[in-house]
Amino acid sequence: MIQVQNLRKEFGPKVAVNGVSFTVEKGEVLGFLGPNGAGKSTSMRMITGFIPPTEGSIKVGTYDMLENPIPAKRLIGYLPENAPSYPDMTVSGFLGFCAEMRGLSGDAKKRAVNRVLEMCFLENVKHQSVETLSKGYRHRTCFAQSIIHDPEVLILDEPTDGLDPNQKHEVRSLIKKMGETKAIIFSTHILEEVEAVCSRAIIIDRGTIVANGTPRDLKMRSSQAGAITVKLVDGDSAAVKAKIASVQGVDEVSVISERPLTLRAFPKKNTGSDDVARAIAELAFKERLPLQGLHVEEGRLDEVFRSITLPDNKEATK
Amino acid sequence: MIPTLTIAKRELRGYFASPVAFVFIVIFLLLSGFFTFMLARFFENGQANLNAFFTWHPWLYLFLVPAVGMRMWSEERRLGTIELLLTMPVTPWQAIVGKFLASWVVVAVAVLLTFPIVITVNFLGEPDNGIILAGYVGSILMAGAYLAISAMTSAMTRNQVVSFILAVVISLFLILAGYPPVTSLLTSWAPTWLVEGVAAFSVMTHFESIQKGVLDSRDVIYFFSVIAFSLFTTSVIIRAHRAG
Repeated sequence: MIQVQNLRKEFGPKVAVNGVSFTVEKGEVLGFLGPNGAGKSTSMRMITGFIPPTEGSIKVGTYDMLENPIPAKRLIGYLPENAPSYPDMTVSGFLGFCAEMRGLSGDAKKRAVNRVLEMCFLENVKHQSVETLSKGYRHRTCFAQSIIHDPEVLILDEPTDGLDPNQKHEVRSLIKKMGETKAIIFSTHILEEVEAVCSRAIIIDRGTIVANGTPRDLKMRSSQAGAITVKLVDGDSAAVKAKIASVQGVDEVSVISERPLTLRAFPKKNTGSDDVARAIAELAFKERLPLQGLHVEEGRLDEVFRSITLPDNKEATK
Repeated sequence: MIPTLTIAKRELRGYFASPVAFVFIVIFLLLSGFFTFMLARFFENGQANLNAFFTWHPWLYLFLVPAVGMRMWSEERRLGTIELLLTMPVTPWQAIVGKFLASWVVVAVAVLLTFPIVITVNFLGEPDNGIILAGYVGSILMAGAYLAISAMTSAMTRNQVVSFILAVVISLFLILAGYPPVTSLLTSWAPTWLVEGVAAFSVMTHFESIQKGVLDSRDVIYFFSVIAFSLFTTSVIIRAHRAG
């Protein structure tokens, strides 16, 4: 649905986005991650046709955004950063205006407005003017605007920014549900959100894509991914450490905490974590160690994010 | 076409939802009444025409029209709604025209609400209503030209005050270029073709010519070309602003 190729944007001497390429298909939710000023919003503004790229091509559906912007824009629903809306309009007035702009009128318009009022829990404020609303409501009003024409492509710039935890949860489940039938791109700072909602994530730093994969793939790049954490009720840390280190396939063991005794075993390269975990479980059974927990670390997204986007650690992960 | 009307409708609602439209209409009516009756001494003149009424319009509009137009694009930029508007399936041109038309309607409503003076002059004497009609057409066209200039200056900045001042300065230039005290100052040293050339750019020259009751196509074309040029410049500014 969305094909972005070699996108580049210069603001004077500053290169905001440099050679970004990716595709998003229907049924995919793409998470856009990156530090502030990495070029996330600029990329989204180019994809939605608000600012023209210096170089590169954008295709939405079968339409080229640069050559044929009107039909391309028709396919897109967009929630800009900071969720702008006209403060002097009422919520339903604003949504009605957006519906009309999307070519809906009469009954279809009324139905569309009522549908999004319900979906975004705005029914009890629909006659209030936007300027009297709290930030969360304003945000949801603008979000409602983006889905009013049931678009095939949804581009959301920080859709959960400024929402309380309940609202965040609602918006996330909404995105996840819509992601089954739409192509969605959304940017966020919240890493759990990526794990909870995205089918794929892109990390962008200083204008270029530094990682692209499923949240699971990305987590595997963490230094802890694949390590086996062993938790015991009690025991002598040095003795247990030596025993675990003797298990076949274990490269290194470190003690994380003394009480409860927690150790982390890193498997040797080319050794499956699952095999090592099984070997450790057998050892614990044989030695009658008071095993409390044993699991294979999936890796942590925040660690990956930090290691990729912090300038000092740039080479460390490669 | 439909998006243009949708935008115009929303803008109109915006003007009347905020005090802008009402303040403009009331102040315009009060001031035009004051100028016509107190300064130009409409009754004492004893003439069955509305010259005393229309003469003031270029000066009244100078301050009032930029006040209506100053928020047209600067407000969109300040609120960030321009991003919303221009990612909808509309061309920038449709948005520009829609917004312009809405503001023009506001000013036209104010001008047309001066109709009691037409009734008065018809009641007291026998004026040439054709001239009066031409006067109204000319006045509304001139307001359109000022508004288009305000649209252009409001696209330049997100600050309404800056937008207002720029619009006033440009409009003032368009008045003074053909204002008799200024042109007579120029004739003393500049060649006639230059003075007339500069005066041809002035709203005064064309407004006064329409005032005489002749809707000359040159005058109408002048106002429409000021509008077209300003709105075109608006689109260039908006595109440049988006391109970064």
